[in-house]
Amino acid sequence: MSINKIQEITSKNNARLTWEGCSILLDINDGERMVFERLTAGATLKVGNKKCSLQPLINCPFGSLFQVENGTDGPFLSRIFSTSEGSNDLQEEKESPTVYGSKDNRELMDNNTAQSLTGEDIDELRRKGASGVEIIEALITNSATFEKKTSFSQEKYRLKKQKKYSPRVLLRRPTARSICEAYFKKRPEQIGFLRMDALALLLSMASVTSHSDVLVVDMVGGLLTGAVAERLGGNGYVCNTYRGITPYPIDIVRMFNFGTEICERIVNSSLTELCATSNVTSVSSSQLEEACGTRSQSNEEGPSSSVPSLDMGEIMISSEDGDTDISPASLAVKPCKATKVGQKAPLDAIKSWRENGFSSLIIAAPQIDAWSMVKELLPLLSFSAPFAVYHQYQQPLALCMHNLQVGKMAIGLQISEPWLREYQVLPSRTHPHMQMSTSGGYILSGTRIFGSK
Amino acid sequence: MLSMELENKVSFKRCIREGDLVIVYERHDNMKAVKVCENGVLQNRFGVFKHSDWIGKPFGSKVFSNKGGFIYLLAPTAELWTLVLSHRTQILYVADISFVIMYLEIIPGCLVLESGTGSGSLTTSLARAVAPTGHVYTFDFHDQRASSAREDFEKTGLSSLVTVGVRDIQGEGFPDEFIGQADSVFLDLPQPWLAIPSAGKMLKEDGVLCSFSPCIEQVQRSCETLKSCFTDIRTFEILLRSYEVRGERLESWENHAGGSLGSRKRRQRSTDGSNGVEASVSATIVARPSSEGRGHTGYLTFARLRCVI
Repeated sequence: MSINKIQEITSKNNARLTWEGCSILLDINDGERMVFERLTAGATLKVGNKKCSLQPLINCPFGSLFQVENGTDGPFLSRIFSTSEGSNDLQEEKESPTVYGSKDNRELMDNNTAQSLTGEDIDELRRKGASGVEIIEALITNSATFEKKTSFSQEKYRLKKQKKYSPRVLLRRPTARSICEAYFKKRPEQIGFLRMDALALLLSMASVTSHSDVLVVDMVGGLLTGAVAERLGGNGYVCNTYRGITPYPIDIVRMFNFGTEICERIVNSSLTELCATSNVTSVSSSQLEEACGTRSQSNEEGPSSSVPSLDMGEIMISSEDGDTDISPASLAVKPCKATKVGQKAPLDAIKSWRENGFSSLIIAAPQIDAWSMVKELLPLLSFSAPFAVYHQYQQPLALCMHNLQVGKMAIGLQISEPWLREYQVLPSRTHPHMQMSTSGGYILSGTRIFGSK
Repeated sequence: MLSMELENKVSFKRCIREGDLVIVYERHDNMKAVKVCENGVLQNRFGVFKHSDWIGKPFGSKVFSNKGGFIYLLAPTAELWTLVLSHRTQILYVADISFVIMYLEIIPGCLVLESGTGSGSLTTSLARAVAPTGHVYTFDFHDQRASSAREDFEKTGLSSLVTVGVRDIQGEGFPDEFIGQADSVFLDLPQPWLAIPSAGKMLKEDGVLCSFSPCIEQVQRSCETLKSCFTDIRTFEILLRSYEVRGERLESWENHAGGSLGSRKRRQRSTDGSNGVEASVSATIVARPSSEGRGHTGYLTFARLRCVI
């Protein structure tokens, strides 16, 4: 593959502007809602009770911020170019003699009388066509306590009102990180509670890089497969293996903006296919074909088998269901151009894996006993190949590690638990977030050694 | 390093050859990098190992010394390299490294700027992530450190992916040729706020910056500076807790006769494999956190260049 070609592929994967038909992640009000959408001229997004066309988002840079405005033809999304971010207030505070400020909450009463504007007043303002920003200003002017608040809580007040009356939509690039974070925040059970730092560790510990042949068991909806494919950039393979005849659904892969070259590197192969060939020195391709049993059948089914629409239900939440949605709704309806995702592994690739082994293994199967998988899959790896097994529970990994030690199958064995804490950083108000995720799961990592079966 | 370029790919199946870099594994906490040469020997507490015995064996093999002691020979990976490289500075470890790479969205083909280079621990992983078509430009103001890093990248086979420059990024900023070119920028500097304005110029729209600082005061000041042209400013701390696993025979209280604490040998290392002496109590596999671990490495502050175009 020529250098130019590779750059072309990566540039699509790494595109800075949206295009019609691309996948986008919409972050509404700073994480209040996360919505996956396929960006088309006809697509709409409901913000609050207003339905807005996504048309203005086409050809915008990822990272652009929008707010809902009222036009003659109804509400529309308008791009915000310079955000106040409320940093002015904090600036003032910095200049004041003491950063702690002179105000405190001694005069604040929690008696619900601070705001003199009623709901009807606000509706009236709305009818007169007041913008969200104007309503917020009115609320501040009519608040008896606003002036007495510290500038920090004034800022918080402003932000709270802004979320309600002038919601903002941030156009995010769907990448392994943003997708993982969105799912972990809204639907963690669908990705086996795999937190972004744990996912990052899996990729590092399994040494995923361009040209790797990575064997994966992805029972986290395709998040793992997508994250690996992102790192491969169209070289090497990510091969999903499974028991039985149906590959596990990997629909999350379609939320990435992968070009065809990357999608072609996302393949699957049943354990039977991989094992039938792993210990045999010479197998004719007809025998291989036979071992692959399901091959012809699933190929005939064409795109529908590679895009299992039935399985989509599992991770699909319709965007109508309100407040906490993470909704790949339109993704489900419109399969992306890259319908080739999750094809059968080509025979020559299977043959090469038989001869050389996979260069690494990653397992994320939160419902399956780790040892029962590792004992089958480890022999499919090259010697000296690293592996990483994610589990939401520690116990199965401990058992697995013990068995690997006793069987002398691997070295460098380690169970790690990542701990991730986010901080609020503000002048004189820096501290860890009051709420944090207390478990990012566990990872067993190690290296396969020669002579191990 | 492994499988960066197809032609030079150290296939796991390929046998060890003269000139290869191998990681000699004694224990999980005792490894070193060795360049294989026909007449070379490695001497450690297990005896004398002749390199000539290694040549022709697959990576991952167990090899023996004159005294019958053994070690394993592993193919180098970025993670193993981090454990064996020579520390010229404080280095980043796998938890921070993996998180930085994922958050900076570094994928094949990216152009990444880094300062300082330090011992090149993160740089090695950055290079692995941008391969085969991307590039890492890393800068350190310390001439000697930069050349040692260059030698290391030569050794690990990464020199085509990494360029080490000698430059005071805090004082001079990144070179103008990278304006608007960088997908991501990583700063590990004592006064990162001095380099942040330059980093902002180098980044593409929506590009991500990361600043690693051990002290909260540094974070505080960096965040102040970031506000002017960055958004989505977030600070994290990431640590790893590792677990020890062993087979433990926990007696039922009923059967416990009392007496002196810890007098009986109940503990059984899981690797011993000699089971079943005390038939009444079978070993349970248990895990507990290692008693000591890293309590702090640094704060990671990420920010996105605000879109204005």
